[in-house]
Amino acid sequence: MSTYAIDAHELTRRFGQFTAVDAITFHVEQGEVFGFLGANGAGKTTAMRMLIGLLVPTSGSATVAGYDISTQAEQVRRRIGYMSQRFSLYEDLTVQENITLYGGIYGVSDRDITTRTGGILARIGLEHAGNELVREIPLGWKQQLAFCVALLHRPGVVFLDEPTGGVDPITRRRFWELIYETAAQGTSVLVTTHYLDEAEYCNRISIMVDGAIAAMGVPSAVRNQFGAATLDDVFLRLTRPGAGV
Amino acid sequence: MSLEPAVDAQGLVRRFGDDAALDNVSLQVQPGELYGVIGPDGSGKTTLFRVLVTLLLPDEGSARVLGRDVVNDLWDLRARVGYMPGRFSLYPDLSVAENLGFFASLFNTTVAAARETIAPIWVQLEQFSARRAGALSGGMKQKLALCCALVHRPEILILDEPTTGVDAVSRREFWGLLRRLRDEGLPIVVSTPYMDEAGLCDRVSLMQDGKLLVTDRPAEIERRYPLPLFAVRGDNVLGLLGALRRFPHAASVWPFGESLHYTDARTDSEPGMIARELSQYVESAGFREASIQPIAAGIEDAFMWYMSQGQAA
Amino acid sequence: MKAFLGFVRKETLHLLRDRQTLAILLLLPLIQVLIFGFAVRTDVRKIPIAVVDPTPDIATLELRDRLAASERFHVVGVASSSQNLETQFRAGSIRQALVLPSEVERRLGRGDSLLIQLLTDGSDPNTGGIMQGYATAVIHRWYGDAAPAQDGLRIEPTSRLRYNPTLESSHLFVPGLVAFVLTIMSAMMTAISITREKETGTMEMLLVSPIRPAAIVVGKVIPYIVLGFSGVILVLIAARVVFQVPLRGSLTLLLAECGLYIITALALGIVISTKAPTQRTAMIFALAGLMMPTMLLSGFIFPLDSLPGWLQAISFMVPARWFLVVVRGIMIKGAGLATLWQETLVLLGMTAFFLLVGSRKLAIRLS
Repeated sequence: MSTYAIDAHELTRRFGQFTAVDAITFHVEQGEVFGFLGANGAGKTTAMRMLIGLLVPTSGSATVAGYDISTQAEQVRRRIGYMSQRFSLYEDLTVQENITLYGGIYGVSDRDITTRTGGILARIGLEHAGNELVREIPLGWKQQLAFCVALLHRPGVVFLDEPTGGVDPITRRRFWELIYETAAQGTSVLVTTHYLDEAEYCNRISIMVDGAIAAMGVPSAVRNQFGAATLDDVFLRLTRPGAGV
Repeated sequence: MSLEPAVDAQGLVRRFGDDAALDNVSLQVQPGELYGVIGPDGSGKTTLFRVLVTLLLPDEGSARVLGRDVVNDLWDLRARVGYMPGRFSLYPDLSVAENLGFFASLFNTTVAAARETIAPIWVQLEQFSARRAGALSGGMKQKLALCCALVHRPEILILDEPTTGVDAVSRREFWGLLRRLRDEGLPIVVSTPYMDEAGLCDRVSLMQDGKLLVTDRPAEIERRYPLPLFAVRGDNVLGLLGALRRFPHAASVWPFGESLHYTDARTDSEPGMIARELSQYVESAGFREASIQPIAAGIEDAFMWYMSQGQAA
Repeated sequence: MKAFLGFVRKETLHLLRDRQTLAILLLLPLIQVLIFGFAVRTDVRKIPIAVVDPTPDIATLELRDRLAASERFHVVGVASSSQNLETQFRAGSIRQALVLPSEVERRLGRGDSLLIQLLTDGSDPNTGGIMQGYATAVIHRWYGDAAPAQDGLRIEPTSRLRYNPTLESSHLFVPGLVAFVLTIMSAMMTAISITREKETGTMEMLLVSPIRPAAIVVGKVIPYIVLGFSGVILVLIAARVVFQVPLRGSLTLLLAECGLYIITALALGIVISTKAPTQRTAMIFALAGLMMPTMLLSGFIFPLDSLPGWLQAISFMVPARWFLVVVRGIMIKGAGLATLWQETLVLLGMTAFFLLVGSRKLAIRLS
């Protein structure tokens, strides 16, 4: 059993003739914040779907939270949290109802749901909003709430799909502080984003190009490796080799 | 070139129920200017733009675009404005060429007549001209939308979040196109939630909660940051963050990528002195490896400073 | 004009690209004709009937022959007593039974009264009534021929159904179907296609262009007018070929009235689209507000006379009710405008009203 939170080896997925993910190998440590970057269509989403047990790899293997994604997809799904900006909470349910619903789906006992709900709401300053409809609360809070809900069953790894698009810079930083706190408690966080300045917040990043990992490491090291001032420039060089910076 | 501003809005207010989406917004865009409205989702950018393109009536205030009133000169103005709404608003079941042809016909013109105007974008789109718009990549969709907004050779472009959801490379290319159009003399008003795009505009307004916090050239906004700012780096970001926030002179401390941005509340101290003092403090708090450097503020620092001023007031 | 033509072209492309919807819209009328023609028809054929004839003689054999010769009856069995009828009714093996007294011929000869019992399965009252009518007619005709004329004059009322002498229900359902098809194609599809532009945000692009809302709407409905006419023609052809439904009146007048009704329905679709923010709501509005009344309150499925007074009052507001009178008049009675001008006028008035409401509500801005 791997000691890494995520340990992927030569993970590959083809759709017909098209290779969406091409033999990627990487790992994420316990308590690490790992940025998973790439242009639209570079293969990030396909790779993540394999890691959360929604897609079976064509070849290669990976373990997530110690379980094999091909043979133990069920156990994998029980031990991960998932949050996407596009869909996470039911807008027409209250904050409390959303928490209870997700707790139920992930098999958290009623008693644990009750005790953890108070903690979640206090943590993000929503103590008085438990009975408000999710659609009534501001976007920034929604995102933080969605993140906490994804952590309700205390998963070992949490996947964040484009988590902080469109929020103001202060709210965005509050969100990152929340991510750091979570990581400090030992939960690994994998973030996909095409906000490249967001990537700077991660402990390590990988940049996918055409299904393969083209660069990986600590953000500053990746920048230095390409002699670039920003990750934006690194990205541009990797995806449009002909274009000047 | 006329001296009249391309956009002249005075005291715009627009309410939805009890919420004021626009709260006394005034702005002027000069001819040939690339003007950015930077703000998060829900700050009122879309409402402002809809008022400017005659789609929404303001409750109070007035606005003239190209010298024409947005309420009274509706039809005259609609023929002259190129607009890109925030959402992808083309027909996914029509091909690239069909979409373009349709929007040309809406304005009683032809694609051929606009060939020169759209040439820089069409070069990149041409190879996909038979493809359905719905099957384009995010970046290509935005370029097609820009093409459709330009096809009647408008006298001003008003673009609502054209780069949202588009990857970094496509965003950069898109801004390259905008600057090129600006260089040809077309005034452009563009909104974006991405702070890093502010530097690509001639002037920007920072927008939050229906108000414009500040309007100026981006470099000027950065220069006007009123307090000493430092970048602090260390291994334990979370621990460092807590320690710095407890420092008595801290005005604000925020994570900023790999480092932390610390703003000191004192205006009368030398930055070097503050840095030394800070360095001693974090060391005594147990963070030996931390490095502290005075830095110049960026747009994002400025935005957060103006935001916190607004909340304090 | 260029803008308008461009718009019509674009709408046509939408329609042609969405192959599934187009196929459904074109097949729907045909399938409806076949379903209504074969399955839901209200006239009855081959009614399983039992005859109880205790003493068969020439007169009763004559009656049995007449029943057997009719397409409407299938004589299942002849018994001498009515013992087993109840079981047969329950099992469904017979739906009617004719119980004759004994010595029929002798009684007829003597001029005695003749007590004939006709039992009919009334579990479906409509069909029951029709079966009873058929059987009674056969018995009456037989009695008239078999009983010798008496001293006094016998007054025999003879009734004849005009226009649809054989009570073919397919003649009645076709006009209703035409109304139904036009309502779906014109009203629902217009409402959906306008709200789709609102939902996907393309309406925003249309509104900021110099094209006027009226041109948007007219451009949008033109392909649906064409589609609606195709639907009507398909229904008429299918009805003619498969069920020999006649067209006694003028085809030109019929098509003109259909054209009027298409515009009525389109106007209704526009009114719906000004109220509904999404395609889903538009669909529900169209289903509940238009299709149900078109089916139920127009005389298509239920005769209007059988509705309670307040429902009849509501039915006056349903355009399909008036259209149905017109179509039935033209197709079945061969009526012309001279008799149908009132209904036509009502439809014209309704159309003008809906167009007015629809165009007043068309926004030139967002809200």
